[in-house]
Amino acid sequence: MTIKPPVSDFATDWDHTDPQWVNDPYPIWEDLRTRCPVAHTDRYGGAWFPATHAGVSAVANDTEHFTSRTVVLGNGRPMEDALPAPIGVAPPITSDPPFHQIARRLILPAFAPGPINALEPMIRQLCNDLLDRVVGRGVINGGSDYAQFIPPAVIKRMLGFPEADEDLFREFVHIVLEGIDLPVEERIEQFAPIEEYFRIQIEDHQAHPRNDLTTFLLNAEILGEKLSIEHVFGTMVLILVAGIDTTWSALGASLWHLAKNPDDLARLVNEPDLMPFAIEEFLRFYAPVTMARLVKEDMEYLGCPMKQDDWILLGFPAANRDPEVFERADEFIIDRRENRHLAFGLGIHRCAGSNLARLELRVAIEEFIRRYPRFTLADPAQVTWAQGQVRGPRSLPLRVA
Amino acid sequence: MKVFIDAQRCQGHGRCFSLAPSVFGFDDLGNGHVLGDGVVEGESLALARLAEANCPEHAISIGES
Ligand code: HEM
Repeated sequence: MTIKPPVSDFATDWDHTDPQWVNDPYPIWEDLRTRCPVAHTDRYGGAWFPATHAGVSAVANDTEHFTSRTVVLGNGRPMEDALPAPIGVAPPITSDPPFHQIARRLILPAFAPGPINALEPMIRQLCNDLLDRVVGRGVINGGSDYAQFIPPAVIKRMLGFPEADEDLFREFVHIVLEGIDLPVEERIEQFAPIEEYFRIQIEDHQAHPRNDLTTFLLNAEILGEKLSIEHVFGTMVLILVAGIDTTWSALGASLWHLAKNPDDLARLVNEPDLMPFAIEEFLRFYAPVTMARLVKEDMEYLGCPMKQDDWILLGFPAANRDPEVFERADEFIIDRRENRHLAFGLGIHRCAGSNLARLELRVAIEEFIRRYPRFTLADPAQVTWAQGQVRGPRSLPLRVA
Repeated sequence: MKVFIDAQRCQGHGRCFSLAPSVFGFDDLGNGHVLGDGVVEGESLALARLAEANCPEHAISIGES
Protein backbone atom coordinates (compact mmCIF):
# COMPACT_ATOMS: atom_id res chain seq x y z
CA MET A 1 0.00 0.00 0.00
CA THR A 2 1.38 3.43 -0.90
CA ILE A 3 1.69 5.88 1.95
CA LYS A 4 -0.23 9.03 1.19
CA PRO A 5 0.12 12.39 2.89
CA PRO A 6 -2.67 13.09 5.37
CA VAL A 7 -5.45 15.35 4.16
CA SER A 8 -4.86 18.99 5.07
CA ASP A 9 -8.31 20.34 4.19
CA PHE A 10 -11.15 18.21 2.85
CA ALA A 11 -12.48 21.13 0.82
CA THR A 12 -9.36 21.37 -1.33
CA ASP A 13 -7.55 18.06 -0.79
CA TRP A 14 -10.18 15.41 -0.01
CA ASP A 15 -9.46 11.70 -0.13
CA HIS A 16 -12.18 9.14 0.45
CA THR A 17 -9.57 6.64 1.67
CA ASP A 18 -8.31 8.97 4.39
CA PRO A 19 -8.77 7.30 7.81
CA GLN A 20 -10.89 10.17 9.08
CA TRP A 21 -13.28 9.84 6.11
CA VAL A 22 -13.34 6.05 6.37
CA ASN A 23 -14.12 6.07 10.08
CA ASP A 24 -16.63 8.90 10.26
CA PRO A 25 -17.31 10.86 7.06
CA TYR A 26 -20.49 12.58 8.20
CA PRO A 27 -18.97 15.59 10.01
CA ILE A 28 -16.68 16.12 7.03
CA TRP A 29 -19.61 16.20 4.61
CA GLU A 30 -21.62 18.49 6.83
CA ASP A 31 -18.73 20.90 6.92
CA LEU A 32 -18.32 20.71 3.13
CA ARG A 33 -22.03 21.34 2.58
CA THR A 34 -21.82 24.63 4.39
CA ARG A 35 -18.42 25.68 3.08
CA CYS A 36 -18.12 24.66 -0.58
CA PRO A 37 -20.44 22.84 -1.46
CA VAL A 38 -18.34 21.13 -4.16
CA ALA A 39 -15.00 19.97 -2.80
CA HIS A 40 -11.92 19.46 -4.96
CA THR A 41 -8.76 17.40 -4.75
CA ASP A 42 -5.67 17.08 -6.90
CA ARG A 43 -5.35 13.48 -5.80
CA TYR A 44 -6.26 10.75 -8.32
CA GLY A 45 -5.40 13.18 -11.11
CA GLY A 46 -8.12 15.65 -10.11
CA ALA A 47 -11.54 14.96 -8.63
CA TRP A 48 -14.64 16.76 -7.36
CA PHE A 49 -17.09 15.89 -4.62
CA PRO A 50 -20.51 17.58 -4.53
CA ALA A 51 -21.75 17.32 -0.93
CA THR A 52 -25.34 18.40 -1.46
CA HIS A 53 -28.41 16.55 -2.67
CA ALA A 54 -28.83 19.11 -5.46
CA GLY A 55 -25.25 18.67 -6.66
CA VAL A 56 -25.36 14.88 -6.61
CA SER A 57 -28.75 14.81 -8.37
CA ALA A 58 -27.60 17.22 -11.08
CA VAL A 59 -24.57 15.10 -11.98
CA ALA A 60 -26.40 11.74 -11.69
CA ASN A 61 -29.02 12.98 -14.12
CA ASP A 62 -26.59 14.57 -16.55
CA THR A 63 -25.30 11.96 -18.97
CA GLU A 64 -24.47 14.65 -21.50
CA HIS A 65 -21.59 16.19 -19.56
CA PHE A 66 -20.46 13.14 -17.60
CA THR A 67 -19.60 9.62 -18.62
CA SER A 68 -19.90 6.40 -16.60
CA ARG A 69 -16.97 4.89 -18.55
CA THR A 70 -15.45 4.05 -15.19
CA VAL A 71 -17.30 4.34 -11.92
CA VAL A 72 -14.54 3.31 -9.53
CA LEU A 73 -12.22 6.21 -8.91
CA GLY A 74 -8.52 5.39 -9.22
CA ASN A 75 -5.17 6.75 -10.25
CA GLY A 76 -5.39 5.96 -13.95
CA ARG A 77 -7.88 7.01 -16.58
CA PRO A 78 -9.08 4.36 -18.98
CA MET A 79 -8.26 5.39 -22.51
CA GLU A 80 -11.11 5.63 -24.97
CA ASP A 81 -9.60 2.94 -27.18
CA ALA A 82 -9.16 0.47 -24.32
CA LEU A 83 -12.85 0.49 -23.57
CA PRO A 84 -15.29 0.49 -26.44
CA ALA A 85 -17.43 3.42 -25.28
CA PRO A 86 -20.35 3.65 -24.83
CA ILE A 87 -20.44 0.02 -23.68
CA GLY A 88 -17.60 0.01 -21.20
CA VAL A 89 -16.07 -2.92 -19.33
CA ALA A 90 -19.08 -3.73 -17.18
CA PRO A 91 -22.37 -2.95 -18.89
CA PRO A 92 -24.73 -1.40 -17.95
CA ILE A 93 -22.95 0.44 -15.13
CA THR A 94 -20.09 1.58 -17.37
CA SER A 95 -22.33 2.28 -20.36
CA ASP A 96 -23.63 5.63 -21.53
CA PRO A 97 -26.76 6.31 -23.58
CA PRO A 98 -27.99 5.08 -25.91
CA PHE A 99 -26.34 1.68 -25.39
CA HIS A 100 -26.91 1.79 -21.65
CA GLN A 101 -30.63 1.26 -21.92
CA ILE A 102 -30.22 -1.81 -24.11
CA ALA A 103 -27.76 -3.43 -21.73
CA ARG A 104 -29.88 -2.52 -18.70
CA ARG A 105 -33.14 -3.83 -20.13
CA LEU A 106 -31.49 -7.18 -20.73
CA ILE A 107 -30.88 -7.76 -17.04
CA LEU A 108 -33.82 -5.94 -15.45
CA PRO A 109 -36.33 -8.79 -15.78
CA ALA A 110 -34.07 -11.05 -13.71
CA PHE A 111 -34.10 -8.47 -10.91
CA ALA A 112 -37.79 -7.50 -11.11
CA PRO A 113 -40.00 -8.13 -8.06
CA GLY A 114 -41.45 -11.42 -9.37
CA PRO A 115 -38.27 -13.48 -9.65
CA ILE A 116 -36.65 -11.73 -6.69
CA ASN A 117 -39.52 -12.29 -4.27
CA ALA A 118 -39.40 -15.98 -5.15
CA LEU A 119 -35.97 -16.11 -3.47
CA GLU A 120 -37.34 -15.20 -0.04
CA PRO A 121 -37.62 -18.74 1.41
CA MET A 122 -34.10 -19.57 0.23
CA ILE A 123 -32.68 -16.42 1.84
CA ARG A 124 -34.55 -17.05 5.08
CA GLN A 125 -33.20 -20.59 5.21
CA LEU A 126 -29.69 -19.31 4.55
CA CYS A 127 -29.91 -16.77 7.39
CA ASN A 128 -31.11 -19.44 9.78
CA ASP A 129 -28.36 -21.83 8.77
CA LEU A 130 -25.78 -19.11 9.45
CA LEU A 131 -27.28 -18.37 12.84
CA ASP A 132 -27.37 -22.08 13.67
CA ARG A 133 -23.64 -22.27 13.06
CA VAL A 134 -22.89 -19.83 15.88
CA VAL A 135 -25.63 -20.85 18.26
CA GLY A 136 -24.65 -20.81 21.93
CA ARG A 137 -21.92 -18.19 21.50
CA GLY A 138 -22.07 -15.06 23.64
CA VAL A 139 -20.44 -12.92 20.96
CA ILE A 140 -21.22 -13.18 17.26
CA ASN A 141 -19.48 -11.22 14.57
CA GLY A 142 -22.30 -9.52 12.66
CA GLY A 143 -19.93 -9.01 9.74
CA SER A 144 -17.71 -12.05 9.44
CA ASP A 145 -20.17 -14.60 10.89
CA TYR A 146 -23.33 -13.32 9.24
CA ALA A 147 -23.64 -10.35 6.87
CA GLN A 148 -20.72 -11.26 4.62
CA PHE A 149 -22.14 -14.68 3.73
CA ILE A 150 -25.63 -13.72 2.65
CA PRO A 151 -25.17 -11.75 -0.59
CA PRO A 152 -22.52 -14.06 -2.12
CA ALA A 153 -24.70 -17.10 -1.55
CA VAL A 154 -27.55 -15.45 -3.45
CA ILE A 155 -25.37 -14.17 -6.29
CA LYS A 156 -23.68 -17.53 -6.68
CA ARG A 157 -27.09 -19.08 -7.20
CA MET A 158 -28.23 -16.46 -9.68
CA LEU A 159 -25.08 -16.75 -11.80
CA GLY A 160 -24.87 -20.53 -11.39
CA PHE A 161 -21.37 -20.70 -9.87
CA PRO A 162 -19.97 -23.61 -7.86
CA GLU A 163 -20.94 -24.01 -4.21
CA ALA A 164 -17.48 -23.72 -2.78
CA ASP A 165 -16.34 -20.46 -4.34
CA GLU A 166 -17.81 -17.80 -2.07
CA ASP A 167 -14.50 -16.91 -0.41
CA LEU A 168 -13.07 -16.26 -3.84
CA PHE A 169 -15.89 -13.84 -4.64
CA ARG A 170 -15.16 -11.77 -1.58
CA GLU A 171 -11.52 -11.68 -2.63
CA PHE A 172 -12.51 -10.47 -6.14
CA VAL A 173 -14.73 -7.76 -4.71
CA HIS A 174 -11.91 -6.63 -2.49
CA ILE A 175 -9.58 -6.37 -5.48
CA VAL A 176 -12.01 -4.40 -7.64
CA LEU A 177 -13.12 -1.96 -4.97
CA GLU A 178 -10.19 -1.56 -2.63
CA GLY A 179 -7.09 -1.87 -4.81
CA ILE A 180 -7.39 1.67 -6.10
CA ASP A 181 -4.08 3.02 -4.85
CA LEU A 182 -2.02 0.60 -6.89
CA PRO A 183 -0.27 1.71 -10.07
CA VAL A 184 -2.24 0.92 -13.22
CA GLU A 185 0.04 -1.97 -14.31
CA GLU A 186 -0.32 -3.73 -10.99
CA ARG A 187 -4.03 -3.15 -11.11
CA ILE A 188 -4.22 -4.93 -14.48
CA GLU A 189 -2.19 -7.83 -13.06
CA GLN A 190 -4.54 -8.04 -10.10
CA PHE A 191 -7.47 -8.60 -12.41
CA ALA A 192 -5.93 -11.66 -14.12
CA PRO A 193 -7.27 -14.30 -11.69
CA ILE A 194 -10.73 -12.78 -11.88
CA GLU A 195 -10.70 -13.02 -15.66
CA GLU A 196 -9.46 -16.58 -15.49
CA TYR A 197 -12.21 -17.59 -13.05
CA PHE A 198 -14.98 -16.09 -15.16
CA ARG A 199 -13.55 -17.57 -18.34
CA ILE A 200 -13.78 -21.03 -16.81
CA GLN A 201 -17.35 -20.41 -15.63
CA ILE A 202 -18.38 -19.13 -19.05
CA GLU A 203 -16.85 -22.14 -20.81
CA ASP A 204 -18.59 -24.47 -18.40
CA HIS A 205 -21.92 -22.79 -19.10
CA GLN A 206 -21.30 -22.92 -22.86
CA ALA A 207 -20.73 -26.65 -22.58
CA HIS A 208 -23.54 -27.24 -20.09
CA PRO A 209 -26.27 -24.59 -20.46
CA ARG A 210 -28.60 -24.31 -17.50
CA ASN A 211 -31.31 -22.13 -16.06
CA ASP A 212 -29.31 -19.22 -14.65
CA LEU A 213 -28.20 -15.70 -15.44
CA THR A 214 -24.92 -16.77 -17.04
CA THR A 215 -26.67 -19.01 -19.58
CA PHE A 216 -29.25 -16.29 -20.12
CA LEU A 217 -26.53 -13.74 -20.95
CA LEU A 218 -24.74 -16.19 -23.25
CA ASN A 219 -27.97 -16.70 -25.21
CA ALA A 220 -29.16 -13.08 -25.11
CA GLU A 221 -29.25 -11.08 -28.32
CA ILE A 222 -29.15 -7.42 -29.21
CA LEU A 223 -30.66 -6.66 -32.60
CA GLY A 224 -30.38 -10.29 -33.61
CA GLU A 225 -26.76 -10.69 -32.55
CA LYS A 226 -25.39 -12.53 -29.57
CA LEU A 227 -23.66 -10.38 -26.97
CA SER A 228 -19.89 -10.17 -27.29
CA ILE A 229 -18.13 -12.39 -24.79
CA GLU A 230 -16.63 -9.21 -23.27
CA HIS A 231 -20.13 -7.92 -22.63
CA VAL A 232 -21.22 -11.17 -20.98
CA PHE A 233 -18.06 -11.20 -18.88
CA GLY A 234 -18.41 -7.55 -17.88
CA THR A 235 -22.02 -7.90 -16.80
CA MET A 236 -21.22 -11.01 -14.78
CA VAL A 237 -18.37 -9.25 -12.97
CA LEU A 238 -20.64 -6.27 -12.36
CA ILE A 239 -23.39 -8.36 -10.83
CA LEU A 240 -20.90 -10.13 -8.62
CA VAL A 241 -19.19 -6.95 -7.45
CA ALA A 242 -22.30 -4.79 -7.18
CA GLY A 243 -24.29 -7.45 -5.41
CA ILE A 244 -21.95 -8.50 -2.63
CA ASP A 245 -20.10 -5.76 -0.80
CA THR A 246 -22.98 -3.31 -1.03
CA THR A 247 -25.64 -5.39 0.65
CA TRP A 248 -23.20 -6.85 3.16
CA SER A 249 -22.28 -3.27 4.13
CA ALA A 250 -25.88 -2.11 4.40
CA LEU A 251 -26.78 -5.09 6.55
CA GLY A 252 -23.74 -4.65 8.78
CA ALA A 253 -24.46 -0.96 9.28
CA SER A 254 -28.08 -1.74 10.18
CA LEU A 255 -27.01 -4.28 12.81
CA TRP A 256 -24.42 -1.82 14.10
CA HIS A 257 -27.12 0.80 14.53
CA LEU A 258 -29.46 -1.58 16.35
CA ALA A 259 -26.65 -2.73 18.65
CA LYS A 260 -26.02 0.86 19.67
CA ASN A 261 -29.66 1.96 19.90
CA PRO A 262 -31.67 -0.36 22.18
CA ASP A 263 -34.81 1.77 21.81
CA ASP A 264 -34.84 1.35 18.04
CA LEU A 265 -34.14 -2.36 18.42
CA ALA A 266 -37.02 -2.78 20.87
CA ARG A 267 -39.40 -0.92 18.58
CA LEU A 268 -38.43 -3.00 15.58
CA VAL A 269 -38.91 -6.21 17.58
CA ASN A 270 -42.30 -5.12 18.94
CA GLU A 271 -43.66 -3.32 15.88
CA PRO A 272 -42.92 -5.42 12.79
CA ASP A 273 -45.01 -3.03 10.67
CA LEU A 274 -42.18 -0.55 11.04
CA MET A 275 -39.86 -2.75 9.02
CA PRO A 276 -40.42 -1.19 5.58
CA PHE A 277 -39.78 2.30 6.96
CA ALA A 278 -36.85 1.15 9.07
CA ILE A 279 -35.18 -0.46 6.04
CA GLU A 280 -35.39 2.80 4.07
CA GLU A 281 -34.03 4.76 7.02
CA PHE A 282 -31.11 2.35 7.39
CA LEU A 283 -30.46 2.84 3.69
CA ARG A 284 -30.71 6.63 3.93
CA PHE A 285 -28.65 7.04 7.04
CA TYR A 286 -25.96 4.48 6.29
CA ALA A 287 -26.05 4.47 2.49
CA PRO A 288 -22.98 2.40 1.64
CA VAL A 289 -22.33 3.29 -1.99
CA THR A 290 -20.66 6.20 -3.77
CA MET A 291 -20.05 6.05 -7.50
CA ALA A 292 -17.82 8.02 -9.84
CA ARG A 293 -18.19 9.72 -13.20
CA LEU A 294 -15.66 11.31 -15.54
CA VAL A 295 -16.04 14.82 -16.96
CA LYS A 296 -16.42 14.61 -20.74
CA GLU A 297 -15.03 18.04 -21.67
CA ASP A 298 -13.63 21.12 -19.96
CA MET A 299 -16.51 23.13 -18.59
CA GLU A 300 -17.81 25.32 -15.81
CA TYR A 301 -20.26 23.20 -13.78
CA LEU A 302 -21.85 23.82 -10.38
CA GLY A 303 -19.60 26.87 -10.30
CA CYS A 304 -16.45 24.78 -10.69
CA PRO A 305 -13.81 24.81 -13.45
CA MET A 306 -14.00 21.12 -14.38
CA LYS A 307 -11.43 19.61 -16.72
CA GLN A 308 -11.87 16.76 -19.13
CA ASP A 309 -11.26 13.43 -17.34
CA ASP A 310 -11.61 14.89 -13.86
CA TRP A 311 -13.47 12.51 -11.58
CA ILE A 312 -16.73 13.33 -9.86
CA LEU A 313 -17.49 11.22 -6.84
CA LEU A 314 -21.25 10.95 -6.38
CA GLY A 315 -21.77 10.99 -2.64
CA PHE A 316 -25.22 9.45 -2.41
CA PRO A 317 -24.63 8.99 1.34
CA ALA A 318 -23.83 12.71 1.70
CA ALA A 319 -26.92 13.70 -0.31
CA ASN A 320 -28.97 11.59 2.09
CA ARG A 321 -27.96 13.81 5.01
CA ASP A 322 -28.71 17.12 3.30
CA PRO A 323 -31.02 19.20 5.54
CA GLU A 324 -32.35 21.01 2.45
CA VAL A 325 -34.19 17.81 1.52
CA PHE A 326 -34.61 15.82 4.72
CA GLU A 327 -36.16 17.07 7.92
CA ARG A 328 -33.91 16.39 10.90
CA ALA A 329 -31.46 14.98 8.36
CA ASP A 330 -28.80 14.12 10.91
CA GLU A 331 -31.19 12.08 13.06
CA PHE A 332 -32.02 8.43 12.52
CA ILE A 333 -35.83 8.22 12.66
CA ILE A 334 -36.88 4.60 12.48
CA ASP A 335 -40.44 5.39 11.36
CA ARG A 336 -39.56 8.21 8.95
CA ARG A 337 -42.48 8.19 6.53
CA GLU A 338 -41.16 10.44 3.79
CA ASN A 339 -37.83 9.24 2.58
CA ARG A 340 -36.68 10.03 -0.94
CA HIS A 341 -33.18 8.79 -0.23
CA LEU A 342 -30.59 8.18 -2.94
CA ALA A 343 -28.91 5.07 -1.53
CA PHE A 344 -29.62 3.26 -4.80
CA GLY A 345 -28.64 6.21 -6.94
CA LEU A 346 -30.78 8.30 -9.20
CA GLY A 347 -31.64 8.39 -12.88
CA ILE A 348 -30.82 5.86 -15.55
CA HIS A 349 -28.30 3.89 -13.47
CA ARG A 350 -30.67 3.32 -10.53
CA CYS A 351 -29.44 0.18 -8.80
CA ALA A 352 -30.72 -2.74 -10.84
CA GLY A 353 -30.44 -4.95 -7.78
CA SER A 354 -32.45 -2.80 -5.37
CA ASN A 355 -35.35 -5.25 -5.06
CA LEU A 356 -32.91 -8.01 -4.18
CA ALA A 357 -30.93 -5.81 -1.79
CA ARG A 358 -34.07 -4.79 0.10
CA LEU A 359 -35.25 -8.38 0.33
CA GLU A 360 -31.92 -9.58 1.70
CA LEU A 361 -31.79 -6.73 4.18
CA ARG A 362 -35.30 -7.28 5.43
CA VAL A 363 -35.05 -11.04 5.81
CA ALA A 364 -31.58 -10.95 7.36
CA ILE A 365 -32.63 -8.34 9.93
CA GLU A 366 -35.90 -10.14 10.68
CA GLU A 367 -34.16 -13.43 11.34
CA PHE A 368 -31.39 -11.85 13.39
CA ILE A 369 -33.69 -9.95 15.73
CA ARG A 370 -36.05 -12.89 16.00
CA ARG A 371 -33.22 -14.93 17.52
CA TYR A 372 -31.65 -12.04 19.35
CA PRO A 373 -34.25 -9.45 20.37
CA ARG A 374 -31.53 -7.87 22.47
CA PHE A 375 -27.91 -7.39 21.50
CA THR A 376 -25.20 -4.77 21.97
CA LEU A 377 -21.74 -3.92 20.65
CA ALA A 378 -19.29 -6.29 22.32
CA ASP A 379 -16.35 -3.97 21.79
CA PRO A 380 -16.78 -0.71 19.87
CA ALA A 381 -13.00 -0.45 19.40
CA GLN A 382 -12.99 -3.64 17.34
CA VAL A 383 -15.49 -2.47 14.75
CA THR A 384 -13.67 -1.86 11.47
CA TRP A 385 -15.02 -0.17 8.34
CA ALA A 386 -14.20 -0.92 4.72
CA GLN A 387 -12.48 1.91 2.92
CA GLY A 388 -13.33 3.15 -0.51
CA GLN A 389 -16.54 3.60 -2.43
CA VAL A 390 -18.49 0.97 -0.54
CA ARG A 391 -18.56 1.66 3.16
CA GLY A 392 -19.72 -0.68 5.88
CA PRO A 393 -18.51 -2.54 8.95
CA ARG A 394 -16.33 -5.55 8.20
CA SER A 395 -15.77 -6.72 11.74
CA LEU A 396 -18.73 -6.22 14.05
CA PRO A 397 -18.55 -8.16 17.33
CA LEU A 398 -22.04 -8.27 18.82
CA ARG A 399 -22.82 -9.43 22.35
CA VAL A 400 -25.97 -11.53 22.05
CA ALA A 401 -26.04 -13.17 25.48
CA MET B 1 -58.42 12.60 -7.26
CA LYS B 2 -56.33 10.76 -9.81
CA VAL B 3 -52.78 9.47 -9.55
CA PHE B 4 -50.27 9.37 -12.44
CA ILE B 5 -46.81 7.94 -13.03
CA ASP B 6 -44.57 9.69 -15.52
CA ALA B 7 -43.06 6.70 -17.32
CA GLN B 8 -40.21 8.90 -18.62
CA ARG B 9 -39.13 9.60 -15.06
CA CYS B 10 -39.77 6.23 -13.42
CA GLN B 11 -36.54 4.26 -12.98
CA GLY B 12 -38.01 1.31 -11.13
CA HIS B 13 -37.02 2.15 -7.55
CA GLY B 14 -40.13 0.22 -6.57
CA ARG B 15 -41.16 2.43 -3.68
CA CYS B 16 -44.72 2.99 -4.94
CA PHE B 17 -45.79 -0.61 -5.42
CA SER B 18 -44.13 -1.63 -2.15
CA LEU B 19 -45.83 1.05 -0.08
CA ALA B 20 -49.16 1.06 -1.92
CA PRO B 21 -49.68 -2.28 -3.66
CA SER B 22 -53.39 -1.60 -4.04
CA VAL B 23 -52.69 1.52 -6.12
CA PHE B 24 -49.54 0.62 -8.08
CA GLY B 25 -48.29 -2.42 -9.93
CA PHE B 26 -45.08 -3.24 -11.78
CA ASP B 27 -44.14 -4.53 -15.20
CA ASP B 28 -41.62 -7.21 -16.09
CA LEU B 29 -38.75 -4.68 -15.95
CA GLY B 30 -39.79 -3.69 -12.44
CA ASN B 31 -41.06 -0.24 -13.42
CA GLY B 32 -44.14 1.07 -11.64
CA HIS B 33 -47.54 1.81 -13.13
CA VAL B 34 -50.92 2.89 -11.86
CA LEU B 35 -53.49 0.10 -11.43
CA GLY B 36 -56.92 0.53 -12.99
CA ASP B 37 -58.18 4.02 -13.75
CA GLY B 38 -56.01 5.65 -11.09
CA VAL B 39 -58.89 7.26 -9.27
CA VAL B 40 -57.99 7.43 -5.57
CA GLU B 41 -59.92 8.54 -2.52
CA GLY B 42 -59.84 8.03 1.20
CA GLU B 43 -57.33 5.38 2.10
CA SER B 44 -56.10 4.83 -1.45
CA LEU B 45 -55.47 8.58 -1.74
CA ALA B 46 -53.46 8.52 1.48
CA LEU B 47 -51.42 5.59 0.12
CA ALA B 48 -50.88 7.35 -3.19
CA ARG B 49 -49.64 10.43 -1.32
CA LEU B 50 -47.26 8.27 0.71
CA ALA B 51 -45.87 6.80 -2.49
CA GLU B 52 -45.54 10.24 -4.05
CA ALA B 53 -43.56 11.45 -1.04
CA ASN B 54 -41.17 8.53 -1.35
CA CYS B 55 -40.47 8.44 -5.08
CA PRO B 56 -36.83 9.48 -5.51
CA GLU B 57 -37.43 10.44 -9.14
CA HIS B 58 -40.50 12.61 -8.46
CA ALA B 59 -42.32 10.51 -11.04
CA ILE B 60 -45.68 10.38 -9.23
CA SER B 61 -48.25 13.15 -9.32
CA ILE B 62 -51.78 13.44 -7.98
CA GLY B 63 -54.32 15.73 -9.58
CA GLU B 64 -58.03 16.31 -10.08
CA SER B 65 -59.76 13.35 -11.66
C1 HEM C 1 -27.81 -2.14 -0.26
C2 HEM C 1 -27.29 -2.64 -1.35
C3 HEM C 1 -26.98 -1.87 -2.61
C4 HEM C 1 -26.74 -0.54 -2.77
C5 HEM C 1 -26.73 0.56 -1.70
C6 HEM C 1 -26.51 -0.32 -4.18
C7 HEM C 1 -26.25 0.90 -4.75
C8 HEM C 1 -26.14 1.15 -6.10
C9 HEM C 1 -25.99 2.46 -6.69
C10 HEM C 1 -25.87 3.76 -5.92
C11 HEM C 1 -25.97 2.30 -8.05
C12 HEM C 1 -25.84 3.41 -9.08
C13 HEM C 1 -24.48 3.49 -9.64
C14 HEM C 1 -24.25 4.71 -10.52
O1 HEM C 1 -25.07 5.63 -10.58
O2 HEM C 1 -23.19 4.73 -11.17
C15 HEM C 1 -26.09 0.88 -8.31
C16 HEM C 1 -26.09 0.31 -9.58
C17 HEM C 1 -26.20 -1.04 -9.80
N1 HEM C 1 -26.38 -2.03 -8.86
FE1 HEM C 1 -26.57 -1.78 -6.86
N2 HEM C 1 -26.60 -1.52 -4.84
C18 HEM C 1 -26.90 -2.49 -3.92
C19 HEM C 1 -27.10 -3.85 -4.17
C20 HEM C 1 -27.08 -4.42 -5.41
C21 HEM C 1 -27.36 -5.82 -5.69
C22 HEM C 1 -27.74 -6.85 -4.66
C23 HEM C 1 -27.19 -5.98 -7.03
C24 HEM C 1 -27.33 -7.19 -7.90
C25 HEM C 1 -27.16 -8.38 -7.62
C26 HEM C 1 -26.85 -4.70 -7.61
C27 HEM C 1 -26.63 -4.48 -8.94
C28 HEM C 1 -26.46 -3.24 -9.51
C29 HEM C 1 -26.31 -3.03 -10.95
C30 HEM C 1 -26.35 -4.10 -12.02
C31 HEM C 1 -26.16 -1.64 -11.13
C32 HEM C 1 -25.95 -0.90 -12.46
C33 HEM C 1 -27.25 -0.40 -12.99
C34 HEM C 1 -27.09 0.46 -14.24
O3 HEM C 1 -26.01 0.99 -14.49
O4 HEM C 1 -28.06 0.61 -14.99
N3 HEM C 1 -26.79 -3.78 -6.59
N4 HEM C 1 -26.21 0.21 -7.12
